[in-house]
Amino acid sequence: MTKDACKQIVLDIIADIAPDEDLSSVKPDVRLRDQLQLDSMDFLDIVMELRKRHGIEVPEADYQQLASLDSSAEYLTPKFNALGK
Amino acid sequence: MASDFGSMPSATARIVITGVGLTAPNGDSLAEFRRHLLTGVSGVSRTEVHYMGTQLAGVCRFDALRHQKKKEVRVGTRAGSISIYCAREAVADSGVAWEAVAKDRVGIYIGITEHGNVETENEIYNISKFSYDTKFWSHYHNPRTVANNPAGEASLNLGVTGPAYTIGAACAAGNMGLVHAAQMLRLGEVDFALCGGVSESIHTFGIFAGFKSQNALATHNDPTKASRPFDLARNGIVISEGGCLYTLERLDDALRRGAKIYAEIAGWHVNSDASDYVLPNPTRQAECIRAALTRARLAPRDIHLVNTHATATPLGDIQECEAIRAVFGDGCPDTSINNTKSFIGHCMGAAGALELAGNLPSFDDLIVHPTINVDNLDPQCALPGLVLNAPRQVAKVDTILNNSFGMLGINSTLIVRRFVP
Repeated sequence: MTKDACKQIVLDIIADIAPDEDLSSVKPDVRLRDQLQLDSMDFLDIVMELRKRHGIEVPEADYQQLASLDSSAEYLTPKFNALGK
Repeated sequence: MASDFGSMPSATARIVITGVGLTAPNGDSLAEFRRHLLTGVSGVSRTEVHYMGTQLAGVCRFDALRHQKKKEVRVGTRAGSISIYCAREAVADSGVAWEAVAKDRVGIYIGITEHGNVETENEIYNISKFSYDTKFWSHYHNPRTVANNPAGEASLNLGVTGPAYTIGAACAAGNMGLVHAAQMLRLGEVDFALCGGVSESIHTFGIFAGFKSQNALATHNDPTKASRPFDLARNGIVISEGGCLYTLERLDDALRRGAKIYAEIAGWHVNSDASDYVLPNPTRQAECIRAALTRARLAPRDIHLVNTHATATPLGDIQECEAIRAVFGDGCPDTSINNTKSFIGHCMGAAGALELAGNLPSFDDLIVHPTINVDNLDPQCALPGLVLNAPRQVAKVDTILNNSFGMLGINSTLIVRRFVP
């Protein structure tokens, strides 16, 4: 999996959990919470959906890795690849 | 606007209804609901229920996104959406300058039959797809299932910082929301109340399965004919969702702002059977009706319209008729009697509030909406004054008595009167 594909997976999840948000101009290097209406429960949703849809576990200590699209891709891409995705 | 405590409260302050917001299976506004009650339009249809397949139910069609964002709908509950819709519509209908209202002086009191079954069942259904591994259980479960959820969601949406909670009273709860609001207004706890009842019960299979196991779930080839209180062929309850919230104010406050006044709260009573988990007790029901009349300083013959609770169970209808007969007898020629569940099924916690709303326009049009689906009146339900199958024009409607009864033997009777300054 490429990092761009990984970013799209995260964006697809955000589209479902924050359906009122316009995701067309999300900046990958900016914290998601600084550009979208996302709260701590929403981040738990991202973690839950990664678990449900993709079998990816994100320990609480690593939640900060999901701060931006870039950091998410950096953190998650190896996990997807390890699962053979 | 800062709190100013409005008019001085008192134990006898007159309390009036100044706004109505509702969603019923056959209407999403009072005007539409009333029109359908007068033209015989049922709201019962078919819906899919987990594990049970197609069932008959009263399904509401209101647009949740009218007052909520998509995310609020996703995170919240159906009962929350119903509450928000009804609360926003009631506030708009009341004509109050909402932005200027002191939100810490607003109370939200919402009657519920139950809450949390839907959300719990959904989560169990969800984790069943993951071998019942609870790490897939939603972190929203607790805020969705706390008993105050429907009122709490409304407080979030409307920015109300006064007391907002639910009143659990089985199917007597809709009346209880209004009763509690009237009490709180008289105590001076709040200056403006949003109150009534809501139900999301069609989304829980447990309610359907429970009534089915009790042999109390209605069946009929034609959904619109399934809810048939007082008919000989009645065979049980049609479960429905819905909601109805009112704005209640002390009369002085309502007059000061030139509010439209639908009705005045005249009296009420709440009591308990203390006799059975599910079987009604006509003696206690009659006591409840009489006590409400006493509080309202009215005699039975002064009541012009009785809206029955009857749910179309074989025994329950007869028992309520027994209670009504004991109070009203044959000496009340000006008293009409009807039933709203024949149109919309049993809206559970919303029933009392919705059924009152459907009759409020009678103060203006002097028409009593009928009980539909009565092809063969059960002789044991043949009360004088029953309005069957077609609306009836009457000479006078100055008072409405509304019954709502619930499991574990809770009874509520609410009386409203035409507002006269």
